[in-house]
Amino acid sequence: MSDASLNTSKVQGFEDEASFGDFFALLKPRVMTLVVFTAFVGLIAAPVSVHPVVGFAAILFIAVGGGASGALNMWWDADIDAVMKRTAKRPIPAGKVTRDEAFAFGLALSGFAVVMLGLATNLLAAGLLAFTIFFYIVIYTMWLKRWTPQNIVIGGAAGAFPPMIGWAAATGSVSVEAVLMFCLTFMWTPPHFWALALFTKMDYDNARVPMLTVTHGRRSTRVHILVYTVLLAALAIGLGFTSVGGPLYLAVALVLNATFLKGAVDIWRRDETASEADKYLAERKFFKLSLLYLFAHFGAIAAEALLAPYGLGGW
Amino acid sequence: MSLSRQHEMHKRRFSRNLGLGLVLAAFVALVFGLTIAKVSDDDFAVTTEEAS
Repeated sequence: MSDASLNTSKVQGFEDEASFGDFFALLKPRVMTLVVFTAFVGLIAAPVSVHPVVGFAAILFIAVGGGASGALNMWWDADIDAVMKRTAKRPIPAGKVTRDEAFAFGLALSGFAVVMLGLATNLLAAGLLAFTIFFYIVIYTMWLKRWTPQNIVIGGAAGAFPPMIGWAAATGSVSVEAVLMFCLTFMWTPPHFWALALFTKMDYDNARVPMLTVTHGRRSTRVHILVYTVLLAALAIGLGFTSVGGPLYLAVALVLNATFLKGAVDIWRRDETASEADKYLAERKFFKLSLLYLFAHFGAIAAEALLAPYGLGGW
Repeated sequence: MSLSRQHEMHKRRFSRNLGLGLVLAAFVALVFGLTIAKVSDDDFAVTTEEAS
C-alpha cells in the first residue's frame, strides 16, 4: 500500500462526512444525562420556586455547556481516544469529524451556553458554568489527566458542579447544601473510575494515562477505593441531616452506603489472582452499583423536594 | 464513484441540515417562552410599576 492510499476517504472528501448524529455524539450524551439529572435535582431542591420555562432553559443550557466541554475534551484527547477500545469509535478517531471541527463546535457551544444561562437565570450560575468548562478542559484534560495519578480525584470536581449550578440558577447564591451535593459527586468519582480502571487495565496502560493502577499499582488502588468509599459514606449520610435530606433520603443513604462499603471491602480483600479467576466480578459489580448509588442519592433528594409540598418530604 | 441524486453524501447533509433547522426552531421557541416567563414575572411587574 502506498502512502497516497492512506487517506483515500479524505481525498475523495465526502465518504466520511459527518452526520448530525456525529456532532451530537461529540457532546457525550451519556455523560450529559448525569449532568442533566444532577442539575435538575440541584434546581428543584433549592428552597425557592422557579418558573418552569426558566428551569427548563437553565437545565438545557447547563447540559449544552457540559456537552460542549465533552467536545473540547474529545478535541484534545483524540490521540488517547484512538488507542483505547472504549473510545476508539468516537467521532474524531472514527474519522467522521476533524479535530478542528470539534474544537470550533465545542468552543462556540461553550460561549453560547454560558451567555444564555446568564440571560435566562443569573450571573453566578453562568460564572459557575464557565468555570466548570474551564476546569474540565484546562485543569483536568490539558493538565492533570496526563500528569498525575490524582487526575480522577481533582478532575471529578468538574462533573460535580452541575447540582451547584442548578441551585445557583434557582437561588442566585451557593449554600452548604449545594456544596454538600457537589462533594457527594466529587467523592463518588474516584472509586467509580478506579473500579473501572481495575477491570479495563490494558486500555489505560496502552494510552499512557497515569491512572492510579498504572503508577501506584493495583493493591494501592484497592486501598484508595476503600478509603474514598468510607469518606463518601460519612458525607452521604451527613447530607441526610441538612435541609435537602429527610427520612426517605436517609433510609436510601443508609442501605446504599452499607452495600457500597461492603463492595469496597470485598475489592480491598481481593488480590489480582482472585480477580482474574472470576474476571473481576467484584470490581464489575462495584462499578455497576456505583451508577445506581449516585442516581438513587440524587433521586432521593429530588423525591424529598417533590414530596415536601404535601407534608411528606424533608425534616 | 458517481454522484447520483440519492448519494449517501446527500443523506448525510440532509440529516445535518434538518437537525440544525430543528435545533434553531426549538431555540427560537425557547427564547420566546423565556421572554414571556420573564415579563410575566412578579419582580418584573413591580419594577415597571415603580418606574412609572
